[in-house]
Amino acid sequence: MYVAVKGGERAINNAHKLLAEQRRGDTDIAEIETDQIEQQLSLSVTRVMAEGSLYDRDLAALAIKQARGDLIEAIFLMRAYRTTLPRFAFSKPIKTAEMDVSRRISATFKDLPGGQILGPTFDYTHRLLDFTLMANGEQPTEAPHGEQPVDENMPRVLDDILNYEGLIQDEPTPVNENAPVADLTREPVKFPAGRDLRLQNLSRGDEGFVLALGYSTQRGYANSHAFVGEIRYGTVSVEIEPEELGFAIDIGDIELTECETVNKFKGSKTKLPQFTRGYGLVFGQNERKAISMALVDRAMRANEMGEQIMGPAQDSEFVMEHSDNVQSTGFVEHIKLPHYVDFQGELELVRRMRTEVEERLAKRDAEDDTSQPEAAE
Amino acid sequence: MTAHPAPNAKTDQDQNASSPTDAKTAARQKWMSVLARTPRKRLEAKWSDTYSAEKWTHLREPQIGMVMVRGRAGGAGQRFNLGEMTVTRCAVTLSDGTVGHSYVKGRDRVQAQYAALFDAIMLRDGSAETFINDLADEQAARKRKHARKVAATKVDFFTLVRGEDE
Repeated sequence: MYVAVKGGERAINNAHKLLAEQRRGDTDIAEIETDQIEQQLSLSVTRVMAEGSLYDRDLAALAIKQARGDLIEAIFLMRAYRTTLPRFAFSKPIKTAEMDVSRRISATFKDLPGGQILGPTFDYTHRLLDFTLMANGEQPTEAPHGEQPVDENMPRVLDDILNYEGLIQDEPTPVNENAPVADLTREPVKFPAGRDLRLQNLSRGDEGFVLALGYSTQRGYANSHAFVGEIRYGTVSVEIEPEELGFAIDIGDIELTECETVNKFKGSKTKLPQFTRGYGLVFGQNERKAISMALVDRAMRANEMGEQIMGPAQDSEFVMEHSDNVQSTGFVEHIKLPHYVDFQGELELVRRMRTEVEERLAKRDAEDDTSQPEAAE
Repeated sequence: MTAHPAPNAKTDQDQNASSPTDAKTAARQKWMSVLARTPRKRLEAKWSDTYSAEKWTHLREPQIGMVMVRGRAGGAGQRFNLGEMTVTRCAVTLSDGTVGHSYVKGRDRVQAQYAALFDAIMLRDGSAETFINDLADEQAARKRKHARKVAATKVDFFTLVRGEDE
């Protein structure tokens, strides 16, 4: 089979050259720069960072360029790159309460301290194609300034407003803050999975998959009717405590979107009814993903809440085993790769089975022929 | 429905606030956070202007790695691993033995190196204080400018429905 291997190598090399040529496209058109992608396709960059599970805008832009805009391929490239880097530290838990918000809205309270801040949103746009972007290029004007900056440290809707009256469940805090935190990048996932593992899985999970599952919970495949208590998008600083220093240092800001849902209440003979919570947190600006994540997080808390499992979104094992698009695409797409030997085996099996059946039928026909006179009697 | 904020609104996120540190550490934390947010070019330019005669060595060459960012369920509950970010670290020693450290977001080795050098200068004699204060002011001004643009998108529902709630 030596000849076939040589032929394959040349074909593969040429295929990659053709891929490179097609990636570049028409050379009369300027090549796209990664910093243009980083700045002007920033929501693609966001998605690649979130699902690639690596916050680095430049790398995500490069991955998008290399993948010709195929975001799942770009996510794959990010995942592969991250395996080459050492991990220096775990951050201290980021403080979303101290986020410098670019957007902050609540669908449950109209007048809330700090206000409804729309920020850079597609909401309320008319979804009409803007042909000026194509024809003349954009002539951007600077956005208007308010008199005063937005408030710092805005109160949180669930903790500071709803919980003030005890109307919502407390977020359970572990007694032992030094207890290990599950990490699916280092240990195999085991079921039943804790909420830490579920949240990590959802945050890096495929946007489309998490969206569809979130949608399914709203359509009745989980009974957890949700309101958006609060959405925040903005920057938070990340702190680590390096051993050689012995104190916490701030290493820079990252963009995050956070969503907290207020869900169907729960009470018992001993407890007054209270709302329950779902939580979504993702890198970058991605509300669709954050809301979907919160819906699915709440649905996966079914066991903890003593709810009947009635939909796929409540089945943690189903959700977590199918949410990762690198894993999914790997397994779905691998069936296009050479399976000649496997298939040869199947082929021979089917041929043998067919022969056996044919032989059996022929034998029965022959017996029928000889026995026909008797049957006719 | 009108929201009622708790008078002493305080979330559980505060529970993990850094332990009390002395004023020296607090000052160092401040300048390290400013340096981590300063682009390489600014640091490089200042260094070659003012400190090019300094003798120094790498204690640890700039190295690119990652930090696993952690969040909390509901913003205040159980910790979980959100995802990683790229980080570059470096350590330098000045000729008098002062050691400077840096950990900065991203993959810019040169930025990390200068951040460590300025950390060392600040520890040795504090002579970069004005430079760092200027950088801090610029960063605060940028943040404030952005916060004012964001504030311009604030919806005043209350004004729209004034009278309805009375």
